[in-house]
Amino acid sequence: MVQPSAISGRWWARLALIVLSFIALGFMISLAVSIGEIAIPLETTAKAVSNRLFGTAFELSRIHQGIVWDYRLSRALLAASAGAALALSGAILQALLRNPLAEPYVLGISAGASTGAVAVMILGFGYGVLTLSTGAFIGAVVAFVLVSALAAGAGGGADRIILAGVAGSQLFNALTSYIVTTSANAEQARGVMFWLLGSLSGVRWPDVYLAAPVALIGFAISMFFARALDAFTFGVDAAAALGIAVNRVRIILLGATALMTAAMVSIVGSIGFVGLVIPHAARFLVGPSHGRLLPASAIIGAIFMVAADIVSRIIIPQQILPIGVVTALFGAPAFALILYKARRPV
Amino acid sequence: MSISINDVHWSAGGVMIVNGICIDVAAGKTLGLLGPNGSGKSSLLKLICRLRNVKSGVIALGKTDIAGMARLDIARRVALVEQQATTEAQVTVLDVVRLGRTPHRGPLAPWSAVDDKAVNDALDHVGLPERAGQFWHTLSGGERQRVHIARALAQTPSELLLDEPTNHLDIQHQLEILSLVAKLPVTSIIALHDLNLAAMFCDNLAVLHHGKVVAAGTPEEVLTEDLIANVFGVRVYIERSAHHGRQHVHYRLD
Repeated sequence: MVQPSAISGRWWARLALIVLSFIALGFMISLAVSIGEIAIPLETTAKAVSNRLFGTAFELSRIHQGIVWDYRLSRALLAASAGAALALSGAILQALLRNPLAEPYVLGISAGASTGAVAVMILGFGYGVLTLSTGAFIGAVVAFVLVSALAAGAGGGADRIILAGVAGSQLFNALTSYIVTTSANAEQARGVMFWLLGSLSGVRWPDVYLAAPVALIGFAISMFFARALDAFTFGVDAAAALGIAVNRVRIILLGATALMTAAMVSIVGSIGFVGLVIPHAARFLVGPSHGRLLPASAIIGAIFMVAADIVSRIIIPQQILPIGVVTALFGAPAFALILYKARRPV
Repeated sequence: MSISINDVHWSAGGVMIVNGICIDVAAGKTLGLLGPNGSGKSSLLKLICRLRNVKSGVIALGKTDIAGMARLDIARRVALVEQQATTEAQVTVLDVVRLGRTPHRGPLAPWSAVDDKAVNDALDHVGLPERAGQFWHTLSGGERQRVHIARALAQTPSELLLDEPTNHLDIQHQLEILSLVAKLPVTSIIALHDLNLAAMFCDNLAVLHHGKVVAAGTPEEVLTEDLIANVFGVRVYIERSAHHGRQHVHYRLD
């Protein structure tokens, strides 16, 4: 007989894992709300959340109530949504393009977003109508459409999509640099730099109302196609021979990752590293099957991003580091460790 | 179910790769597809499971034109073993064989006892049941090929297409795989290079040359010294084997 049967699996172990990871995420979010320049005890945090959610009337200072609800909780939830969406997008693209270096920005999305952002921030496009975020979102979508059209025109294989993405990214990055060097003053240039490295400052509830549903819907769509992604293991023809409508799956999933990424980038800037590396870390933990890999990527991405946000706020007193710096600075060594632990026997 | 290929054309990059091919394979029979490199064997196999669409002509499974079938319905009946398909993913033998159940499962349907049985039977057929947990990248070329065949069998096909399935296999496994395929109660088409193995295991042969069928029939009818000289450009001496009674090809160097 073969291996333990997959029917029953060890469903209780999986359930326990899912419950545990949500507890870990909840704990990380509570930490993110409690830690900061003004330390707030976990108990106060719980009371403040309960006051808003369940209409309880615990006595709290209005400052504490405000910090917990209006600033830190919204920020932590957005970090979690962005982390989940970026890691999910990376996992999907690595499977679809069969390339371990694929990441959410491979389709030119962050480059387009940055061009859109500087066009609004520096050139003043759509002054008074477009916010920085909408400008970035429009830039991201324009870049994605251009890259997709180029990839389709060039024959549409995985390698063509990646090459078209490289061309698109280079073009939009050059445009961004052109605008910054010709039109920006020093202060604006610094602002752009900060935005490009990713920042959760200034995040409020309306941003969460956009980001959280985007991440959840993206997750639902990708889970629906988890088995189709497995079928891509041996390439496009192998997937088609297993009955996968390859083009339809590709278009839907590329579109879903593009929208997820564009939404996150336009709110928090292009935070690197998460989308590239978290899926690999998740793969080491749960294996390559997408039914497990996608949820694992999403939850690890969320926890990692919330943790990175905490670090970015406390590592230097009185100053907030761009979160993209933290994700790479702490993520890269952590990933090196995973890579080393999971090395193949030679 | 029978496979019938009627006047099929297909071109790529302005070059006619498949140029008016007509072949019929009766239900349950095994057809060997012979021909030099680039004669259109792989392309024809891809057309039969509609990985490519014919430019003109009709390919039918039984009486059903595949052009009108849903991709999923084709995959439930026709399994393809490609040449040298590999992956960088850290998948196990079991992961790969389970892929064969993809067309039979809905996107959210749980794994069933039927799926389990198909996978276990397939692993038994290729003699790899105790290797199920082994990682793909630790397998030899021959083992990978057998895993692909197990994956195809897990699809529980009624038509099986194999593109040079014995490449990379040692002679023992070549014989095992081909006798397995010949015994399966499915209609199969096997692209092969080894003329002697083709004669031993196939009910019928078709020889392709420049995208056309230049000979078709039983091994006795097809494998002649003239044909092999014309198509492959080598001189041979053919006799009926005293041991297995099939055609046997001796290559001549003089």
